[in-house]
Amino acid sequence: MKYLLTLLFGRLPIGWLQLVHSKTRFAAAIAGVAFAALLVFMQLGIMGAMNQSTMAPYSFFKADIMISPQDSNMLSDGGNVARARLFQALSVSGVADGAALFIGRTDFTLEDGSTSSLQTFGIDTGKADFLSADIGNQIQGLQAENTALIDIDTNGVPPEVFAGLAAGHPFSFEVFGKTLAAVGTLKLGGSFFTDGTIFISDQTFLRIFPSRSSGAPNRILITVEDGISADVVAARLAAVLPAGSVKVQTIPETIAADRKYQNTVRPTGIIFGFGVLIGIIVGIVIVYQVLSTDVADHLSEYATFKAMGYSQSFFLGIVFEEALVLAVFGFIPGLIVSLGLYFGMSIATGLPIEMDLGRVVMVFFGTLAACAISGAIATRRLAGADPADLF
Amino acid sequence: MEDAAISVQGLDHFFGIGEARKQAIWDINLDIERGKLTILMGPSGSGKTTLLTLMGCLRDVQHGSVRLLGTQTHGASEAQLVGLRRKLGFIFQAHNLHESLSATQNVLMGLQVHGKGDPILQRNAAHHMLRLLGLGDRLDYLPHSLSGGQKQRVAVARALVSNPDVVFADEPTAALDKDSGRTVVEMLKALGQSRGVTTVMVTHDNRILELADRIITLEEGRIVNDVSQNPQPL
Ligand SMILES: Nc1ncnc2c1ncn2[C@@H]1O[C@H](COP(=O)(O)OP(=O)(O)OP(=O)(O)O)[C@@H](O)[C@H]1O
Ligand SMILES: [Mg+2]
Repeated sequence: MKYLLTLLFGRLPIGWLQLVHSKTRFAAAIAGVAFAALLVFMQLGIMGAMNQSTMAPYSFFKADIMISPQDSNMLSDGGNVARARLFQALSVSGVADGAALFIGRTDFTLEDGSTSSLQTFGIDTGKADFLSADIGNQIQGLQAENTALIDIDTNGVPPEVFAGLAAGHPFSFEVFGKTLAAVGTLKLGGSFFTDGTIFISDQTFLRIFPSRSSGAPNRILITVEDGISADVVAARLAAVLPAGSVKVQTIPETIAADRKYQNTVRPTGIIFGFGVLIGIIVGIVIVYQVLSTDVADHLSEYATFKAMGYSQSFFLGIVFEEALVLAVFGFIPGLIVSLGLYFGMSIATGLPIEMDLGRVVMVFFGTLAACAISGAIATRRLAGADPADLF
Repeated sequence: MEDAAISVQGLDHFFGIGEARKQAIWDINLDIERGKLTILMGPSGSGKTTLLTLMGCLRDVQHGSVRLLGTQTHGASEAQLVGLRRKLGFIFQAHNLHESLSATQNVLMGLQVHGKGDPILQRNAAHHMLRLLGLGDRLDYLPHSLSGGQKQRVAVARALVSNPDVVFADEPTAALDKDSGRTVVEMLKALGQSRGVTTVMVTHDNRILELADRIITLEEGRIVNDVSQNPQPL
């Protein structure tokens, strides 16, 4: 380390020597930086999981445009869209096909009486083209009454429950007092709203939800003809459909709006955003505290160096060197502990809390920047002073 | 005198502002010859440190002028000051060694201020200097495991290692016992003489006076006595 820093700075690694000289302070500073990095990682992890679990269900669908009720913010809320809009849409030029999607929430009751909530999609079994390959291939099986594709990653359901299913044995489960037979599987897992997901036919959907009507699905999916952009068709649809009751968005727009809503409107998103901010502030305060105490403690040595002809950039260099060391040494344990906590949390919640490289790089450079900024502030008092006043 | 290492004219200096403003230096005029050991004496509070730091451009000149090695220190840019300070060596009452650096590393700091250079040559120079000062067996000691006299000798080595033109020393022996104090000053003088270094030293220590070429006495910020003498040979 010493050798590395000597090479890097082309001089004695004074910052490093200074830091390791007072071991307890060094340890405390590292712990502080690690803690701040951990805090940021946790918040980003939960935010990432929220975003990922928000986007994940969209990947089941293969469409270009989504028609949603005006009051909807995300896939699982909002009223419904009259099926008449689907027929209207089909007559707009550029639209290739459309499908009605029913969305509801059911409870999966286990034998021991506990329940897991299920995001429930109901769709016409003839519309395999609107589904991802995996779901589309299995959708034919849903033609039989009271059948479902079940999420084998459903949070709160022990994997043993699905063991027989994988081996080809029949499996049935109870939802709202109705028994559904599983004819296929999918893997999604928990989100902030539900523990798992099932796909059923629109007919089964209407049987489970007797109050819902076939004339009022929750969303309408639209595909466009080859060679025409979804944006153009979306604009045409928006011109035709009543803006007061529905909104027309391309799928990427729908996802972006959902995501934005999760992050900036819903309290959870805002709380995690603040968490990140607080982590950053805590980090800066800790590092600033350490570096400015360190500068204060070495003021007379620095004054001597200044008297010897060292310039301000030399002192900045020392403090940046310290900042770099603190950033690296604090970041690594912060990262390791975060990985452990991510693992624990994803098991406990079933949420996709995972580390990605982009986040690691981002938090590292953030840590470095926070350390460097605090360092720059800490050396300010050296800048204008006469050496004689510093002894 | 054009050739003087330091030329002070009409120098006044004040501390504090408003009511608390107090004059510490009164109209000092002084030329310090090159290559000589000049001692500043005087009672406590007479302004010795203030005058020394003004001459050594460690403190900004308020009124009057200080020419140090041909440069007016007042109004000089930060870069000029940095350049000028690199031609100087300082030894302070408190040794001001860096506690996290070994003896050799502290001395290296005196060299590296001049640029990167060859690390091996620099290390050799630092070791050589420390050996001249009798610290050959303490090269890699940290300051806290050196005695007061040894620390002060490291500070001397650090000040002299880069062959400065002028060395300023403020009571370098104050924290030392008789013998080690005398030893430090003798070494400082010997090394200075052999390299033609101009030395200005503040001291209370009468045992050292006989080594000086010139003794200037201050009282209440004014020069009250100024004698040149033939120093006792080492
Ligand atoms: N930074 C300062 N702020 C205010 N007054 C100061 C400051 N430094 C010195 N003085 C005052 O200026 C006068 C001269 O101080 P100076 O330190 O130069 O004396 P000195 O001769 O070095 O004394 P000593 O032998 O005790 O070191 C004193 O009255 C002192 O109180
Ligand atoms: Mg003094």
